[in-house]
Amino acid sequence: MVRIGATPPSRAVRLASVTDVMGVKVIPRAARVYIGCALLGAGACALPALRPGAATPWSTVALLAALYALCELPARCRVLGRAFGGSVPMGTGSFFPVLLAAALLLPPAAAALTALPGSLLARVDEPPAAPRRAWRAAATVRAVWAAARTADALSCATALGHGPDAPDFPYALLPAGAAALTLCLVLTALDGGIRATADGLPPRTAWRGLLGRALAPHAVHGLAGLMMAVLWRSSYGPVSALFVLLPMYISCWVFAQYHRERAAHQATIRALVQAVDIKDRYTRGHSERVGHASVLIARELGMAEERLDVVRFAGILHDVGKLGVPTRVLRKDGPLTPEERRVIELHPEYGHEMVRGIGFLGEARGAILHHHERMDGSGYPYGLRGEEIPEFARVVAVADSFDAMTSTRSYSRARPVPTAVAELERCAGSQFDPRMVAALVRALDRHGWRPAVTADESAPSVLPASPASTASPASTAPSVPPGGHVPTPREAKAPTPREAAAPPARAADAPVEDPDVRSRERA
Amino acid sequence: MRPGARTVGAVHGAALLLGLAGVGSTLWYGVDEPGNALAFGTLMVLGEFARWGAAPDEREPAPLAAAGALAYALLGASAGTATTHGVLQIVAVVVAAGLAGIVPHLARGREPGLGHLARRVLTVGFAALCFQPLYNSGAVVQHLGQGPPYALFLVLLLVLTALCDAVLAALVLRARTGFPYGPLLRDELRALLGIGSAVCATGTVMALGVAAAGLWALPVLAVPLLLTQVSFRRYAAVRTVNRQTIASLARATEIAGCTPPGHAHRVAALSAAVGRELGLPGAELTVLEHAALMHDIGQLSLVDPVAGGATALLPAEEQRRIALLGGEVVRRTGVPEAVAVVVERQADPYREQPTAARIVRAVNAYDDLAGGEGAGAALDALERLRLGTARDYHPDVVECLARVLARGGAAGVTSVASG
Repeated sequence: MVRIGATPPSRAVRLASVTDVMGVKVIPRAARVYIGCALLGAGACALPALRPGAATPWSTVALLAALYALCELPARCRVLGRAFGGSVPMGTGSFFPVLLAAALLLPPAAAALTALPGSLLARVDEPPAAPRRAWRAAATVRAVWAAARTADALSCATALGHGPDAPDFPYALLPAGAAALTLCLVLTALDGGIRATADGLPPRTAWRGLLGRALAPHAVHGLAGLMMAVLWRSSYGPVSALFVLLPMYISCWVFAQYHRERAAHQATIRALVQAVDIKDRYTRGHSERVGHASVLIARELGMAEERLDVVRFAGILHDVGKLGVPTRVLRKDGPLTPEERRVIELHPEYGHEMVRGIGFLGEARGAILHHHERMDGSGYPYGLRGEEIPEFARVVAVADSFDAMTSTRSYSRARPVPTAVAELERCAGSQFDPRMVAALVRALDRHGWRPAVTADESAPSVLPASPASTASPASTAPSVPPGGHVPTPREAKAPTPREAAAPPARAADAPVEDPDVRSRERA
Repeated sequence: MRPGARTVGAVHGAALLLGLAGVGSTLWYGVDEPGNALAFGTLMVLGEFARWGAAPDEREPAPLAAAGALAYALLGASAGTATTHGVLQIVAVVVAAGLAGIVPHLARGREPGLGHLARRVLTVGFAALCFQPLYNSGAVVQHLGQGPPYALFLVLLLVLTALCDAVLAALVLRARTGFPYGPLLRDELRALLGIGSAVCATGTVMALGVAAAGLWALPVLAVPLLLTQVSFRRYAAVRTVNRQTIASLARATEIAGCTPPGHAHRVAALSAAVGRELGLPGAELTVLEHAALMHDIGQLSLVDPVAGGATALLPAEEQRRIALLGGEVVRRTGVPEAVAVVVERQADPYREQPTAARIVRAVNAYDDLAGGEGAGAALDALERLRLGTARDYHPDVVECLARVLARGGAAGVTSVASG
């Protein structure tokens, strides 16, 4: 499934743990060593609680550990999970308030023990499960131990009060805040380490953004953990502390539902695209490639991340209006009558009419309506010229023509990328916005063109390019496009000046074919 | 006078009386523990501001205000010292805070939303009436002490209050819309599991937290609840967007000329009304609505459109073929599997169909036959559906449809976003 709205969840209120980050199947040696060290460290943290003279408050430890494990179970157990809200797995780490309460209530070694059963039992998303579980348990144990040490150093035990003694309130916020911050810092540091060793990310990218995302959720967890600890110590006892968890639990549950609904929404948009495919079989995959090319252009122009999402939708949905064109006309081979051509030329308006009600598409709606306008005013439906044409429409127009030329269709073979680029450059100014064409050329230079964005490939290429994933064009082996035409590496390379300047095969004043109308007439 | 106006009037009248009594008595006798009253009042006013940007059909647009009001109603001690405020003072604080929260909305020229306030006053009054007289007379502490049983007692009271609130809400909703009481109450009770339970839990914890730690507990506990509200809002927003997209997909058939304009929306609205009449629960209604919106999507696969788009007049085999094609498309969307099943089975004989498919089948046939206008055509269409009850249309569904139509159709009773 292509991730259409590839908004990273960073902007979301992230309650999920950042501990599940290992994205590899085979664990490299460095990561094994790292996990081993973490396990040793965790053992050193938790073992003192088992010493004979440690005076560990076992009843509190057992209650908190059981509570934490119980909280993590619904995410793991399928039946329970369904009872709590469909098949959505809840993110692990939604129950840090329990751990923070443990850190505030217990001595460090005992607090570290409470994290053990829950983190060992919790759900693992991908194999291999055993090392992941071990790693998560080790990281959590270490972090909770550090948080408890911090709280201890700030004499948290007296600040919480006991029984009828009221807690020392504004002061109690200090140890709680410090403990939450420590937990967050230690988890982030350890996570960055595993990303660096297991995924082989360079250290700077491994840690980038982790802390910023984690701070706000941990602050909320800290407040909830503090109230849990206070109520646990109060005369009302541990029962009352449980109620603090309910709002947290519900918000995690809603958050999981939100993700499910979002995925559903993206699939609905795909359904719109596929409905076009049903009618017009010759353009399979075209919509997604146009979306991809539009994002390449827009990113090159320096558009903000949110607008990139919208331009992707504009590219993907640009031909949605073809649903309104009779199937017989769309599938017709051979020359079109003027009447049939007029009907096909209505598709931008049909498309606009369809998506009018979808609020979040915003600027993309204008792009769908105007993607067949031309800079000199000879396009349709309104014959707008130059800057009158919405910016997104100019982006999509270039991307649409580029993909139409470089992909194989029932009536024509794919042309190599340099030829297509030369054609676009020839018509820049009269038909296309030269800014967009130049941006596409630069983007192709930088990223290459990998046209096989098919439905079952997730779209790493449309995610923000990190230094690790940005391959130079020369090193990118182009994959087989849907039409079966395998370009040689030379074709996929960005055009050299000589190639770009090569005279086009057709008359110099002829416009680039309208991918939806004219090209068919060559058949 | 509309039949439900009396119920709504009675509820509002009772709330008004209670509120007046509370404010009057508080003005007359003065305020006990003004610090507590001020702190909880401020919390409620701040909580009311969360109504900004609430969707019109949001369950609890101001959860923090609700939790604060419930906590104040169940407040026994503050930082270990017993309080003495009574039921009428609680009502007065809730009314004052509610009115203060409304002021900015009035300043912006919006609907003040007095219905919410009336419900809140009655619910909080109920909770306070259950708790404060017992507490102030010393009976609670004497029998339950200050330990865990006290906490459980508070939870019990809040569960009772939540039930009372659900009954009240269903009563008002029934009076407004005329839907049967049972399904409405069931929907309200199910909604309690969502934000309702978070509000109740926070109310309990606030009452206990203030009892143990003093007023500092209020801001600390407000944060998780606000987070819950934010999550619910985001969820609601993405649901709206999804519904809009599905509606667009439904419009594709109209733009393609496969179906008459507005057909999908009419069928969806009427199906939802019939589903309610039959007592389908909320989740099934959503499935029904989505399936009804997309029921004709299979026609996009046809090379030539069906004349007039009226599938009800086609031979049965052809109808089923289109239904299967439609199911195939729907299966590829992200909507639940159940929706695809309904679309797929919409042309089967009713004995083999799930309830939602029966409704879609009958309503779709009605809309095709009635042609969207004319009383005579509508009656003819119903007559033809009744003649088809041996095999094609379920008799109960047809009768339900007739009842809904007799009440004036689906106008204004659907939750489907139009246009």
